[in-house]
Amino acid sequence: MSLALEKRILLTIVTEAVVEQSLLADFARLGVRGYTVTDARGLGSHGLRDAAWDEAASIRIEIICDRNLADALLALLREHYYANYAMINFLHEVEISRPEKF
Amino acid sequence: MIDVVILFFLLGLLAGLARSELKLPPALYDSLSLVLLLAIGLKGGEGLARQPLLPLLPQLGVVILLGVAQTLIAYAALRRLGRFDRANAAAIAAHYGSVSVATFAVGVNWLNARGIAFEPQLPIFLAVMEVPAILVGIVLARGMATKTDWRRIAHESFLGKGVVLLLGGMAIGWIAGPEGLAPIRPLFFDLFKGILAIFLLEMGLIVARQTSELRRRGLFVIGFGLLMPGFSAVLGIACGMAMGLSVGGLTLLATLAASASYIAVPATMRLAVPEANPGLSLAAVLGVTFPFNILIGIPVYHWLAVLISGGSS
Repeated sequence: MSLALEKRILLTIVTEAVVEQSLLADFARLGVRGYTVTDARGLGSHGLRDAAWDEAASIRIEIICDRNLADALLALLREHYYANYAMINFLHEVEISRPEKF
Repeated sequence: MIDVVILFFLLGLLAGLARSELKLPPALYDSLSLVLLLAIGLKGGEGLARQPLLPLLPQLGVVILLGVAQTLIAYAALRRLGRFDRANAAAIAAHYGSVSVATFAVGVNWLNARGIAFEPQLPIFLAVMEVPAILVGIVLARGMATKTDWRRIAHESFLGKGVVLLLGGMAIGWIAGPEGLAPIRPLFFDLFKGILAIFLLEMGLIVARQTSELRRRGLFVIGFGLLMPGFSAVLGIACGMAMGLSVGGLTLLATLAASASYIAVPATMRLAVPEANPGLSLAAVLGVTFPFNILIGIPVYHWLAVLISGGSS
């Protein structure tokens, strides 16, 4: 049996844990239906974020959606978050097996 | 004789400065702070059950004004003397107008170790003083008529972990009374000092991480981090005198006033005033003020309280 696979965009956002609630509220407003959040650690232009305690904690948010929504999300992040928060975003094209979920 | 919990702080500090691998799991740090907050709340609630609550209301008004005044004074000093921009001055001022639970816990421990009593409402002051500085700081940075999301700020400040656990613990202590609390006394009261010791070990590690930031920030931040608490402590003692607190109460209120927040305020200010540099506030609060208060400040505030009130220690 061959599975019918469809293409979607996986948007990954690595940022400060402190903005999690604010980001998720913005995403819900733009129509995001699902996401995965994981705790993260790393080094970047804002220094070592080693998750030792709240202020230095980072998160990684993953969202699978269509291209239009991904573009809208990126525009929102650029406008409201890039200037003041540690944030890295990147997109992949991914294949998914249950298109009705995304 | 140096208190044993302070030795744990120094161990953490030295281990951090020496870049030891020592690291406490973040979940443990959260759990320890949860137990400390509940223990402080329970103890206060137990004491409050033995006295009428209504006379406390004017005292709450006084400590709110104290928090507001400290924030405004800190802001003026940072703007005029430090030449900080508006956002950074407001953010740092909010940290100094608010309070630190860890510093309060060390103060409680210091008084307990010397058998000095203090009023049971001090933990309420701790909960109440956390919030006003945050609101004043945001207004200083933003002005009133902006798109600040006040509902979210209010939710974050009034329902933050610290306020909920302190006031919740007080309510439980007040309802349960000494007999009801007896079964949980071993965890919250008998182990208080041990829990504080491990907590301070982690604080030492956290403080050690601020040193590189501090080196870049220069003398003004260090000077401010040392002078502001001393000034605030005197304000705190004056307010405590107006309320008629005992020497123990005066010492703790001075400690509260002198302390600066490093949990509730950084998180809220990061969202409300994102252009302020969080590294700057934390370098001053954690790198200078917190260690100063627990190593030198608290005994000095007690000495001042005895001196000003004319009471005996």
